[in-house]
Amino acid sequence: MSEISAENLHLWRGEVHVLRGLSFSLEAGQCLQVSGANGSGKTTLLRALCGLLPLERGRVYWRGADIASDPSLYHGQLSYLGHENGLKGDLTVSENLHYGTGLRRGLRSGELSAALASVELPGYAGMPLRWLSAGQRRRVALARLTLMDAPVWILDEPASNLDSTGQQLLLGLLERHLHSGGAAVVATHQELRLEAGRLQSLSLQ
Amino acid sequence: MNEPRVGFIAAAACLMARDLRLALRRAGDSLLPVGFFIVVTTLYPLALDPNLSSLRDIAPAALWVGALLSSLLALDLLFRDDAQDGALEQLALCGQSFAGLLVAKTAVHWLLTGLPLVLVGPLIAIALGAPYAAMAGILAALLLGTVALSLIGAVGAGLTLSLRRNGPLLALLVLPLAVPVLIFGARATALAVQGEPIAAPLYLLAAIAVLFATLSPWALAAAVRIGLE
Amino acid sequence: MAWVWFHRFGSPPYFYRVARRLTPWLGWPALILGVAGLIGGLGLAPPDYQQGDGFRIIYVHAPAAWLSLMIYVVMATSAAVGLIWRMNVAHAVAASCAPIGASFTALALATGMLYGRPMWGTYWQWDPRITSELLLLFLYLGYMALRAAFDDVARADRASAVLAIVGVVDVPIIHYSVIWWNSLHQAPTVMKFGRPSMPASMLVPLLLMLAGFSLYFGALLLTRARGEVLRRERNAHWISAALEES
Repeated sequence: MSEISAENLHLWRGEVHVLRGLSFSLEAGQCLQVSGANGSGKTTLLRALCGLLPLERGRVYWRGADIASDPSLYHGQLSYLGHENGLKGDLTVSENLHYGTGLRRGLRSGELSAALASVELPGYAGMPLRWLSAGQRRRVALARLTLMDAPVWILDEPASNLDSTGQQLLLGLLERHLHSGGAAVVATHQELRLEAGRLQSLSLQ
Repeated sequence: MNEPRVGFIAAAACLMARDLRLALRRAGDSLLPVGFFIVVTTLYPLALDPNLSSLRDIAPAALWVGALLSSLLALDLLFRDDAQDGALEQLALCGQSFAGLLVAKTAVHWLLTGLPLVLVGPLIAIALGAPYAAMAGILAALLLGTVALSLIGAVGAGLTLSLRRNGPLLALLVLPLAVPVLIFGARATALAVQGEPIAAPLYLLAAIAVLFATLSPWALAAAVRIGLE
Repeated sequence: MAWVWFHRFGSPPYFYRVARRLTPWLGWPALILGVAGLIGGLGLAPPDYQQGDGFRIIYVHAPAAWLSLMIYVVMATSAAVGLIWRMNVAHAVAASCAPIGASFTALALATGMLYGRPMWGTYWQWDPRITSELLLLFLYLGYMALRAAFDDVARADRASAVLAIVGVVDVPIIHYSVIWWNSLHQAPTVMKFGRPSMPASMLVPLLLMLAGFSLYFGALLLTRARGEVLRRERNAHWISAALEES
């Protein structure tokens, strides 16, 4: 059974028929890379996969079940990273991570520092987020992603603002996620060098 | 890697703690509505005969129109920041009841912007000539009224979430819907000032607050979801 | 059986055809009833013993006021249908209701003011009926303003549907709170025409006007809704065939 699949998705944004009969099927341990020019509908597709956008036609399935039938259950298994980080500048890094994951699960001691170490921001826990650069904030968002411990990742341009080290980090996190049985849908121009058989591609016109 | 391991109450508590902490870091923002309230109600004596005996007659009106406008102003603080930095859509996607979380946010918002009005209102009433004995009644009316206003205002804020320059539109949407709160609240205040029993309008005010509380979870979730599209 | 009919109505081409054929069946009777009501009300009914001939304005005012409220309910209901069953036609109907409802509300206000002038000497009084109508006008304007503020029609449909549903629950509360407020202060009330106490010669033209206005609303709504459906579906295939038909 596929982890996440889409069947004949149609979506209009105003007058524009953005998604036209799109379908795909993704197994656990696989990553779907979505590419396309600006305005081709990458963000729209990802948000529709999250259930944030209503579909005119077509369905999205998670482990065989229509996501519209039990959205809360699906969302509990999903981690979304959009263009915005969803972090608060007035809180410290650790507060952000604590409140971000606290909506889903309690953090065990040491998890937070381990997550920060995995994105190469050790010792930044007490720093107000406002003082971090855009790239560092993106890394904090990635740390939150790992802490949420969800099997499905939907990432929209996750490498934006990241330097080459950051991009390598992202790749490493993605590989680890796929290796442990997770699935991911990633909209990015970055070349994703993953293990054979793990990568699917979807190009939007 | 399964269902949210945290129950709704714990998640809501986490969210409310976050919002409170954020508000404390930016204490000035939360004080603006009550500051506005004080300024606006101060304008009335300046525009009228400053004798306390004549001010007493308009005190209910001044108080409630001021409260209505202050709540309107405060609505900007409810969703705007979270919508802009992506925190709101993270809330929508966390697997907990979105309606419940939004009501929790509204509750914290009332605590920060509505409760100050409730505490300051009786003092303003005194300054406008109301007798000391009226303070308890005025406080009760403002308590129920500001809760009702927060609930209906939040729905308006949710509907106008994704729109630019939405201040006047928000006012056009919320003020007519809030008229019953104004009518019963001002009536309760007027009766309190005259020393008469205020049970009747207070019950009606409570009924309205309960109605809005019943309606708003659905309306909030629906409205904010549309705003997040 | 009813469900089948319900869902067929949700199909834009079906709605377009049926609406086109139904409109004259509403429009012509509306005209006939309206003329009959006006003749009866303006000509045949005796002058009111208290208010003379001035009361005759209620033959326009009362139906307009009643309709302004009914249209809001129709608007909220079709918006709710559109939201729940995701029916574009229902949203088109709701969108068409708003300007019609606002116009009837404005008419009720204008005729109320015209009535007030000979009765109390001023054009405006804060009587409960007029105040209620004014607030209803604000609700209509708010609905239309919210719709206009969204670029995407689908989002405008859904957002305004939520507003209409919240509004329709609040409307009775607003109405009764205004009546309550007014009763406290003994402000003058404009029209105390209790229907049971009206003689038949006064009542019958009123009912005729009410029926006429309602049918007129129906015809107007179907016409506007057809135009709205046409606008929304302008890229669809069935449009050219439908236009050839008409």
